[in-house]
Amino acid sequence: MLFDYETLKLIWWILIGVLLIGFAVTDGFDMGGCALLPLLAKNDDERRVVINTMAPHWDGNQVWFITAGGALFAAWPLVYAAAFSGLYWAMMLVLFALFFRPVGFDYRSKLDDPRWRNAWDWGLVIGGAVPALVFGIAFGNLLQGVPFQYDELLRPSYQGSFFALLNPFALLCGFVSLSMLALHGATWVQMRTHGPVEARARSLARTLGLTTLIAFALAGLWLTLAIPGYQIVHLPDLGGPSNPMLKEVLRVEGAWLHNYAAYPLTLLAPILAGVGLLAASFLAGAQRPALAFVSSAIAITGIILTAGFSMFPFVMPSSLVANASLTLWDAASSPGTLNVMTWAAIIFVPIILGYTAWCYRTMWQKIGVDFIRKNPHSLY
Amino acid sequence: MITDAVVDLSRLQFALTAMYHFLFVPLTLGLAFMLAIMESVYVMTGKQIYKDMTKFWGKLFGINFALGVTTGLTMEFQFGTNWSYYSHYVGDVFGAPLAIEGLMAFFLESTFVGLFFFGWDRMSKVKHLMVTWLVALGSNFSALWILIANGWMQHPVGAEFNYETMRMEMTSFAELVLNPVAQVKFVHTVSAGYVTAAVFVLAISAFYILKGRDLPFARRSFAIASAFGLAACLSVILLGDESGYELGDVQKSKLAAIEAEWETHPAPAAFTLIGLPNSEEMTTDYAVRIPYVLGLIATRSTTEEVKGIKDLIAEHEVRIRNGMVAYDLLQKLRAGEASDAERVLFDEKKVDLGYGLLLQRYTSQVIDATDEQIAQAARDTIPSVGPMFWAFRIMVASGFWMLLIFALSFYYTARRTAWHKPWLMKAAFITLPVPWIASEAGWFVAEFGRQPWAVGEILPTFSAVSVLTANEILTSLILFILFYTLLAIVEVYLMQRFIRLGPSSLHTGRYHFEQQSSPSSKPSQVTA
Repeated sequence: MLFDYETLKLIWWILIGVLLIGFAVTDGFDMGGCALLPLLAKNDDERRVVINTMAPHWDGNQVWFITAGGALFAAWPLVYAAAFSGLYWAMMLVLFALFFRPVGFDYRSKLDDPRWRNAWDWGLVIGGAVPALVFGIAFGNLLQGVPFQYDELLRPSYQGSFFALLNPFALLCGFVSLSMLALHGATWVQMRTHGPVEARARSLARTLGLTTLIAFALAGLWLTLAIPGYQIVHLPDLGGPSNPMLKEVLRVEGAWLHNYAAYPLTLLAPILAGVGLLAASFLAGAQRPALAFVSSAIAITGIILTAGFSMFPFVMPSSLVANASLTLWDAASSPGTLNVMTWAAIIFVPIILGYTAWCYRTMWQKIGVDFIRKNPHSLY
Repeated sequence: MITDAVVDLSRLQFALTAMYHFLFVPLTLGLAFMLAIMESVYVMTGKQIYKDMTKFWGKLFGINFALGVTTGLTMEFQFGTNWSYYSHYVGDVFGAPLAIEGLMAFFLESTFVGLFFFGWDRMSKVKHLMVTWLVALGSNFSALWILIANGWMQHPVGAEFNYETMRMEMTSFAELVLNPVAQVKFVHTVSAGYVTAAVFVLAISAFYILKGRDLPFARRSFAIASAFGLAACLSVILLGDESGYELGDVQKSKLAAIEAEWETHPAPAAFTLIGLPNSEEMTTDYAVRIPYVLGLIATRSTTEEVKGIKDLIAEHEVRIRNGMVAYDLLQKLRAGEASDAERVLFDEKKVDLGYGLLLQRYTSQVIDATDEQIAQAARDTIPSVGPMFWAFRIMVASGFWMLLIFALSFYYTARRTAWHKPWLMKAAFITLPVPWIASEAGWFVAEFGRQPWAVGEILPTFSAVSVLTANEILTSLILFILFYTLLAIVEVYLMQRFIRLGPSSLHTGRYHFEQQSSPSSKPSQVTA
């Protein structure tokens, strides 16, 4: 075995983070781009321009999401079990919204009827905007704690309603997430198109960089002033068996800021987020879309890391029974499984990154309405 | 509060969404391979018609693929949303193949599938061929890992219960991967996928031949499908027989239910070809039996017995009583009140813990179960015989029907007379739904036959569900039904439209509806 159990648990906190960031940076731009579809494009040809920048890639991008889900199942089965069943309707909402994407992309241009195409265009908007919004809302609720508990055989049960998830702080987090992915989508479209679509993408990216920044700063302020965090006061053994009921947790004002005080380097995350957002906005305006895209990817990474660092080592705090909160120390799989999974990640992640890069390079070109008119039958 | 209604609705939702998903999966598996074969022929011979074939069948592949992706998402969500205790209890083992499936297979398939559709003009012929093969490889890898996961639910190896974490934990990844049930299931299932795609191409090509349209295109497609299909169909049947042998070894209740084998007969057991299983009386009326055959299939010997249902129930009752002891010890262990002797005893009895959990359905305390409840739980360890018996026979009959069609098609294709035999073309065309009937019946046998277990002898289905209300599940179930129905209508509409248009939908100017002289030509409104 390569690593001890404690290290493996930490590695999987990082790897789940990597998968989430990978998802937001890749699938994020096609979700964001689709969410902006009515603002980016004013007629059918223009909508096809936007959609065809993503056509060869959205499916591969979506696998980041699927793999993050699979990794959650394998590495943090307790989190997967408690979160998916507890947030039942939020998950169903995401799932049904995601249904629109494969069929929306693949079926919309197969028939000429404008009603058919408009209907699928709205499907793509829903498939892009709703998951982006719900993921942010989910994070907003994780930061506040989620009302779940365990029985003596560790069966999780959830004691809240779907509508309780839609509280003001969580909605603000939802807005941050939606605005951030929309920015990412706008810089992508700006980078890959020319003509009027590119111009609209540029002005949207400029605005969205700033709105995301304002919303992110507001959420940070709100978190600092009014959202109590959670703190472990007693945990027998970091390398011990994964049983969430063995530790003692308290809800403490300002606990979500403790890591920043203890490890000032973590402050780089919110700084990266802020600088990335400003840079994306500026570079998009200055017609440097590739750099704007990279900046927005950095901003996304910073925003996700900010949430992760604030909560570390918590993953899913329980507002009902604080001791039942799930942390990376007691929600993980057994050492054997984590070890196998680590090897799988070490082998496959570089291979995936390699061929993904090759695919993007092969399909790289700037497209406009002329491209659609030249290939009306072989494109989406 | 877990009630029978919650469990039944969760099962119904899972069954419907899984079976719906599997309408699209086998065609993706098989057609990806056939596309790779067609494109290989194109690259080797340089004949344009093979490129057109790859593109046209690829268009139909795309329509099917989109729904495969859509409905596959549901499967990943559902273990967590509706089977949260399952996810907790076995995620340590079951999650790993799913995650590796993502890393090794889904990424490969999904990253390259976009280049298959949109990359024709952006890379060399050989590179594009490589892309197509990688898509085929990716989809087949994905089947491998998902069937390793499913094989483990049928026959859980390489894992052990840990009372501290209250779950099963992996002890050997190699055993999980090399699980004999998983290996047999994988080859049987992917071969069934190849058969599905072969029938799909064969039937649609036969339709064009019957209509006298695009004959060179249709005949070549028909020829490839008949050869590929014959090989695949033989492999499905041989590997299905291998499955029977595995069942005799590890899933005796399932085998007994399939065969309506009420009593243990002296070896070698007779195979019940057909009859009317009667669960009340525990007999099979009007049975037509073939001596020796079941014994040979299930045990590969003439001396080993195949256990009958009545004996299995008696065995299970003993294990349930053992399981109650294990459950009692588990509670003491978790409360930290167990002595060392009790710890040792638990290790001895924990193989039957799952049998103890079966009682949760009848009494929440488990250890206070009455003799009556124990007897009932033991009777319920045998899946319902009637549906198993019939679903299995439907699957097998479909398999042999397809074998016949492929054998005839291949024989007459080799003699170059197949397309002049309208009866053969009609027979091939009406075979179109048969592989789906066979697949769905096969999965029904596999999963219904696993009941009452979510994971064989480890975790009962009843215990595996999430804590939700029946109304919540009913609501989501209705939404799934509505949405899936809508998707099915759209998919079938697009499929039949493009099938009717045929290769003319490629807009190359070379095919039937694009020919000025063609009397039946009609203007096409179809674009992509």
